[in-house]
Parts: sequence; structure tokens; C-alpha cells
Amino acid sequence: MEGPADVLEVVVMSIVSRGFRGRRRDSNQRLPPGQYLTDDFPVLSAGPTPRISLDDWEFTVVTELGQSHRWSWKELTGLSAESVTADIHCVTRWSKLDTAWRGVSIDTLLADVETAADFALIHSYGGYSTNLPLEDLLDGKAWVAYEYNGQELAPEHGGPARLLVPHLYFWKSAKWVRGIELMPQDFPGFWEQLGYHDYGDPWREQRYQGD
Amino acid sequence: MSERTEFAFYDGNSLAGPLSEVFAVELTTAVGRCRSCGKSSEVATFRVYGPEPGFVGHCPHCEDVLLRLVRTPDALWLDFSGVSALRISMPADSTGS
Amino acid sequence: MERRRETATASTLVLDVPGWPGHQPGQHLDVRLTADDGYQAARSYSLAAPADGDRVEITVQRVPDGEVSSYLADATQSDDAVEVRGPVGGWFVWNPQGDSRPVLLVAGGSGVVPLMAMIRSRDGARPAPPFRLIYSVRSPDDRIYDQELRRRATEDGDLDVTFIYTRTAPGGEARPVGRISADDLSMYGFPVVEEPIVYVCGPTGFVERVSDLLIDLGHDPAKIKTERFGPSGP
Repeated sequence: MEGPADVLEVVVMSIVSRGFRGRRRDSNQRLPPGQYLTDDFPVLSAGPTPRISLDDWEFTVVTELGQSHRWSWKELTGLSAESVTADIHCVTRWSKLDTAWRGVSIDTLLADVETAADFALIHSYGGYSTNLPLEDLLDGKAWVAYEYNGQELAPEHGGPARLLVPHLYFWKSAKWVRGIELMPQDFPGFWEQLGYHDYGDPWREQRYQGD
Repeated sequence: MSERTEFAFYDGNSLAGPLSEVFAVELTTAVGRCRSCGKSSEVATFRVYGPEPGFVGHCPHCEDVLLRLVRTPDALWLDFSGVSALRISMPADSTGS
Repeated sequence: MERRRETATASTLVLDVPGWPGHQPGQHLDVRLTADDGYQAARSYSLAAPADGDRVEITVQRVPDGEVSSYLADATQSDDAVEVRGPVGGWFVWNPQGDSRPVLLVAGGSGVVPLMAMIRSRDGARPAPPFRLIYSVRSPDDRIYDQELRRRATEDGDLDVTFIYTRTAPGGEARPVGRISADDLSMYGFPVVEEPIVYVCGPTGFVERVSDLLIDLGHDPAKIKTERFGPSGP
């Protein structure tokens, strides 16, 4: 029996395919470089959609000293909420303008948390994680969002609740969020371990490590 | 939208191209043992999400992550750490020659 | 490169690839397109036929908003160049020389492409084992390779082709429209005791359903090979 045929690199250099433009890259002052506008809300997932009953759901903040702060679903949704309208930018190059969210500011959740940490590792149900500096979660820049467009957040978009950090590429806005681990040092999350940028500023096009 | 979400995975056949960029043997026919549940499956049968932002292969038995693969413009990043061992078929006469 | 229209949304492309090493039915070809500003997009397509020297065929189903499929299916001209790599894959393949067991092929939509490559490879198989194709489509207009499949089924006594219509059936079709069922698989497939090798290819939901039905009918899961394509198409 023959094995699989040998793989042949037919062309090694990139050749331009005449007339191929790909999805339009738009120029619009509200669009970071290399992005195109979409009216859809594409769904990108690294795994099956976790199904968490609201009775079992909880959000946990663990400090660098191991102190835990927990909120049940009822407690979280009992905190004062904010409405947020923001442009979001996915590293896969789509951007969506004026998305409308409602959720609890991370400032509210961390108000009574004693920490000297500089970094945060966000954890999700289903095993996803993402890292960012703690200061990027503070001062009205990040929320635990549980409503989108006036409706409860759908599971495929991260419901019951997702992190919303719209000033960074959207993979930092972890779906199905379940907690924040505060750390003295940066530690790469799920995609950051595999070549994606530790910070991910869309305006500086920080897609991959080294950008 | 719900159908798109529910079935937004492929299988390990879709890893053949990216893996062939770096491996000399055809790796989707290899059998990987899941570090989490201990069961074995061909790479072609992994449940694969992706290709963007990257490929994530899950165990078809327990759904734990077996591999991750990201192709950036100038590098390929590969994490096989969910696989405790990989069995790759070799021609029987390929040793000692 | 040549293009042949198969349906309103699917086209077959014949590519000239100097030095092509040959391939097994079921293997893929990766296509990468580069725009003049450096933007790149890559997709994997099943090879649709045995290699004819340096000429290889892929069939591309145009998907809504599909930047690669719409370029390949509509925009390319005969002297356009695309970058390809292959063949790739080695699990979802049939070996015409290696096996005389009956082969059941179950296709959903454009999942028929790699299965067509297997059917077209029967010509070179000695002896050719019996093949049965069960091909699920929404409507008669969605049948890819329709005429060739009918011709082959007529000429080749060991090849049966059955169409399953999920939305609209042609006049005179006895089976009511609807999703593929266990009855379809037992009526138009092979009995479990004949131990067929089974290849199932289609959208993920279709493949999951057919595999579950086949296993419920008693087919050995180890003899069922599957290939899924997701929402953005193969």
C-alpha cells in the first residue's frame, strides 16, 4: 500500500492573484488600520459553548495574596449597572461600530478589593483565558456585560456574561467570563500563549507577538 | 444564528494543510492520546474550531483541548500539550537501514 | 485554469500545477490568494477527481460573503495564477488499490466533492468494489455532478446513486422531502453484515446526524470516516 503522496510546495513565494481584493479594508476615521466594517456580529469560538445555569454561575476575583471575592448572579445583577456604547475591533479584521451593552463596571467590582497587582488574567467558563494590565480594566474602561442591544447576552456571544474591554482587540473581551486573577506579573492567556499580542491595541495593530 | 453556533466546529481533516507546513509526515492519520481522559483518536477526528483566530482541536471523547495552532504572517505556533503521546505510522523498513 | 459551472453556486476549476505528484481520492488542495496590497486569505478544497498529469480539479461552492470562494467561482480568468499547496490530508481517503470491501458514500451538499473523487477513481480500481452514494441536497438545482452521476450509475452496475431531497423534490419522486433518515441509510446503503467502509462528508450538523444514525443501525464506528465543514464552507 502506498502512503500519502509527498507534499509538494508548488509555489513558495507569494504571488498576487489578479483581481483578488478580499474583504474590503475600509478607510474610516473610526476604523483602526487593516480593519473592515461589518453589520453582522460574527461568532468566533475556541470550543463548545459552555452552558452555565444562573444558579451555579459566580464571578470571582482572586488577589495576588489569594483572597477571594465572589458574586452570585443575583449579587452581580444587583450592583449598579452602566449602559455602554462602544466600537469593537476583532483581530480577525472585522470592526463593528456603536455596539450597545449593559453591565457592571470593573471599578465597581474592584472597589473593595485590596491589591498591589499590575496585571490581570481573565478566566472563563470552558477554560478560555486572556491577560491584560490591571489599569486597562479600571477607570471606566471595562465591564462585565450581561446585556447586548437591550436583550440578555446570547450564549454564542458570551452569555450569561462576558468581559467588555472595547479599547483592546476583542479577544481580550472574554466570553463566558467567570473571574479575574490579579497578578504581580503578566502571564499569557489562551491566545497570547500561541503568538497573539500581550496587549493588543488595535490602533497600533498589535495583533501578534512582536507587533 | 443558533445553527451556526451549535455546529461551528470542523474536524481534524482541516488541520492537514497547516500541519503539512512543518511536518514531513502526514499527521492527521496519527493517533493522539488525550492527556485528560486517556482515550485515543486520530488527529483527523479531533473536533476543530477555527481557523480564526487559530485552530483549536478538542478531544472527541471529553472535549478537552488537545492542540492549538496559530499561523501568523511569519511563524507557526503549535501547542500539542493536550496530547500525552502521538502514534505515527512508519513504513516497517524505515529503521536500521 | 479552466472553469466549469456545476450549479448556480458551484463551479469546478481545473488547475495546471507543474510537477503535481498525484494524490489519493479524498485529499485536499490548499489555495492561498494574495491581493496587490499584501492581504492574504487561504482555504482548503477537496480534490474532485483523480489527477490527470499536472491537471487537478477542485469544485468550489460559493458561500455568502466568502472572499475566496466568490473569487474562485466567479472572478478568475484562464491565465490567472493562484498559489496552491498539496495534496494534503490522508485520513479521509479511499485507496483504489487496497480494498475490495463495499463502499458507502453519504454526502450533504458540497460534501459530495471528495466522494466524487472516490467514484471517479473506481475506473482504476481492480477489482472495483460495489459503491453506493446517498446524496442529500435541498433541491434538484443543487445537485453537483448530476449528469455524470446518472451516467455513471447507468453504465456501472456496481454503482448506485440515490438523491435525498430535503426541501424540494423533482416531479415523480416517491420519497417525501425531508432530512436523511435511518430508513434512507438502510434502504439505499449496504446491510451491516456486508461491513462496508463508510465515508460521510458534509456540514457538521449533517455529519453528526448521519454518523449517529449509522451507529444506531449497527455499523462499526471504526469503519465510518467523516469530514465536516463548518459555516464558512470547505
